[in-house]
Amino acid sequence: MTEPLSFEKSRASLPGPRLPTAGVETSAALPEEHRRRRPPALPRLSEPEIMRHYSRLASMNYSISEQFYPLGSCTMKYNPVLNEEAARLPGFAGLHPYQDEETTQGALELMWLLERALCAVVGVERLTLQPAAGAHGEWTALRMIQAYHRANGEDRTEIIVPDAAHGTNPASAALCGFRVVEVRSGPDGRVDVADLEAKLSNRVAALMLTNPNTLGLFERQILEMAEMVHATGAKLYYDGANLNALMGICRPGDMGFDAVHLNLHKTFTTPHGGGGPGAGPVGVKADLVPFLPRPTVERQNGGFRLDHGRPQSIGRVRSFYGNFGMLVRAFTYIVAMGGDGLTEASRDAILAANYLRKTLEGILDLPHDGPCMHEFVASARNLGPQGIRALDVAKGLLERGFYAPTIYFPLIVPEAVMIEPTETESKATLDAFAAALRDIAETARQDPEELHAEPRSLPVGRLDEVAAARSPVLRWRPDHGAEPESDQGPTGRPQN
Amino acid sequence: MPYLVHSATDRREMLDALGADSLDDLLTDVPAGLRRDGLDLEAGLSEFETMARVRALAARNRVFEDRLWFAGGGVYRRFVPAAVSAVISKPEFYTAYTPYQPEASQGTLQAIFEFQTLIAELTAMDVANASLYDGATALAEAAMMAVVHTGRSEVVLAGTVHPEYVEVLRCYQDGRGFELRSGLEHVGERTAAILFQQPDFLGLLEDAAGLTRLAHEHGALSVACVDPISLGILAPPGEYDADIAVGEGQQLGLAPSYGGPHVGFIACRRELMRRLPGRLVGEAHDGRGRRGYTLTLTAREQHIRREKATSNICTNHSLCALAASVYLTYMGPDGLRQVAEVGHQRAHALAERLADVPGVELAFPDRQFVNEFPVRMFHVEHRLRHLRDAGILGGLPIGRWFPDRPELRDVVTFCCTEVNDPAAIDLLVQELGRA
Repeated sequence: MTEPLSFEKSRASLPGPRLPTAGVETSAALPEEHRRRRPPALPRLSEPEIMRHYSRLASMNYSISEQFYPLGSCTMKYNPVLNEEAARLPGFAGLHPYQDEETTQGALELMWLLERALCAVVGVERLTLQPAAGAHGEWTALRMIQAYHRANGEDRTEIIVPDAAHGTNPASAALCGFRVVEVRSGPDGRVDVADLEAKLSNRVAALMLTNPNTLGLFERQILEMAEMVHATGAKLYYDGANLNALMGICRPGDMGFDAVHLNLHKTFTTPHGGGGPGAGPVGVKADLVPFLPRPTVERQNGGFRLDHGRPQSIGRVRSFYGNFGMLVRAFTYIVAMGGDGLTEASRDAILAANYLRKTLEGILDLPHDGPCMHEFVASARNLGPQGIRALDVAKGLLERGFYAPTIYFPLIVPEAVMIEPTETESKATLDAFAAALRDIAETARQDPEELHAEPRSLPVGRLDEVAAARSPVLRWRPDHGAEPESDQGPTGRPQN
Repeated sequence: MPYLVHSATDRREMLDALGADSLDDLLTDVPAGLRRDGLDLEAGLSEFETMARVRALAARNRVFEDRLWFAGGGVYRRFVPAAVSAVISKPEFYTAYTPYQPEASQGTLQAIFEFQTLIAELTAMDVANASLYDGATALAEAAMMAVVHTGRSEVVLAGTVHPEYVEVLRCYQDGRGFELRSGLEHVGERTAAILFQQPDFLGLLEDAAGLTRLAHEHGALSVACVDPISLGILAPPGEYDADIAVGEGQQLGLAPSYGGPHVGFIACRRELMRRLPGRLVGEAHDGRGRRGYTLTLTAREQHIRREKATSNICTNHSLCALAASVYLTYMGPDGLRQVAEVGHQRAHALAERLADVPGVELAFPDRQFVNEFPVRMFHVEHRLRHLRDAGILGGLPIGRWFPDRPELRDVVTFCCTEVNDPAAIDLLVQELGRA
């Protein structure tokens, strides 16, 4: 099944929707030199056609509401429908960001309470809710660490990142102008502490780490590493992608982390929306507090206000106060779960990962010893002799009704298949997923060509991504055909 | 516990399969000194009690009637077709992940491809990307694109750009190592781009074509930050030859929601395509020749390029982009022109009438505007409080953002859209006259 583009279904003869008319008297008109010359070629469709178009597109998606998403490091847990109801309340959705603070006390209190709750979960002093996504939070945290060092008269130029780190870590560091230094993982899948020691110097601004790491393994030597890092005057930064393993079990702040970013769209159930919006708050220890983005929410005389002062603040990382609608959702989830529920969630997530890992023994390679925390990394290299790669395993899972795990990440595991089941998948689902992988491994032995041809029953089969990138078609055009979108610039414009 | 799925029996069976007595047997890697027994948070509540608590907070905010919103400044009240919320409430869209596996994500991918086309058409640019966080970060990303593309180190701000966008630019500049200059006197051979907002923060129109010519004369790029609805009637960046167009998409079907989540957009000329931040969706074909869509040009991105990536963006605001797509598809070219026209006419009618109110005058009577405009008045605080007591939101006292610009001290901006009916405009004029 495919669905034509909305543009392809457009009919030039169709009138626009019925809308209010101005109903006022004025002689003013937009001057000719400012007027648009050619109208935009937006589609012209009736509402029934629009609704059917998007319903059909919706049916071409996998989603957590229907399928298990075992994506490692993505924490695809159930998105409570209550959160959506909360965010849609007119008292939240209908607020202008520049209303007087007297008229937004409930919103400010919600932000203040959410900050307190998240601080309690991760063990830090204060927290900003402004960053719009995890990567945005990483960058915000690094900017604060940079500002801290500069305030101390130090110009530290390097950030240490493990070879197993998320790609956003080095990208965020580079965006701050830092040089990225990589630290090796040892054979047990954890940071090679000797290599870290060798890389540390007074040029290093921070070590970026996630714990459990991207292999789902707890960094046993975290306290030693924290001490080493702090001894050189550097800061320790926590990538919160894997926080779902830790709630009520231990806290990044207690491990020695100075700055912690969180993904509300992972641990705190705000929906992923096909890639966003999310929210990436950042918590910090006391010595980084002066550098928090402004404004912060402060409690004063029983009320709440925005503090725009903060002379040492790094400034603003986005407009207004962050993705407020996502904050409402996360807050609602935390109230419903409570400290007891969040703790149970992390414990169940760890149980599910270990159970699934155990169930996959003999089906995929498990290159690192367990137990794992909330996720684990398997490898499809055992299917290599049959010509089957991680990609084929992923496509085979799609054919069997499951989304695919994260594949080819982390980079240090060949044919990596990274699996995170979360606490909201039943044992029956985990068993069915394992059965699908067993079937794939069996098919790899019996009929590898079949696997190469999968998926067969989805709206499209495997797409030729190489051809797509070679001559990219990034938009529909009225005269759409095999138009090559050359990116060779014309002359007379700055090129580098 | 809400949202947890295992029974005690399930847990026991899983532990048995692992040969473990309790979950703590699986936590042996966590140093004992770090272990905690739960969280210092209140215990959870039932759904009913949870919602009562959340509602109580919502009830402590004041919600102004749509038709009495005259405040703008980057977030606007507009008519949102019911189709928009119906589509973005579909769990197949809102609970899907970033479309890494294209075969199982064609809905999201095609929707983003349509968004890219809609924004490219709206701005009259060649290509647009798969959405940024907001208008402010979109402008910062455009500045960084220009810096990298030209190999130059300065970015010049022209006119009155949204002060929060400027603050975000400053934050990015410090990290990325370019310098932000304000005022055209700084345009020269070090200039990577001229950035301007059209209409500007006060609602006034800039000479966008002239600024673009000036940029090009100096070998710099022209970056236009635009209001998407205005482009129903106002010349789009492509028609005055700008190189990059960015903006905030909140007006395209998204709730104000105290400032977010909304969606940024960025569009550019073809030769800048590979410098775009974040995700791009392109057309592709499968082995049977069927057309589909996939993430493409990923070699620019963080998961492959790591520290050499064009940006660190990995997620985006797809769901908000979807809302914008439904909105623009619902409106079509005629609907978009009409809402832009209605806002223009009502705002001009309001401006003409406010100019007759004693103690109120148009702040810049010689400047053109679309649907938002500045007036100067005595007793700003008093008058706005009076309006608020009458149930009216707005306008926006902008002096607080510009302490070093005395000409803006007593200036307030008002805006009109299709939600402000003529009776609402009458009420505003009447109440301002009585204040």
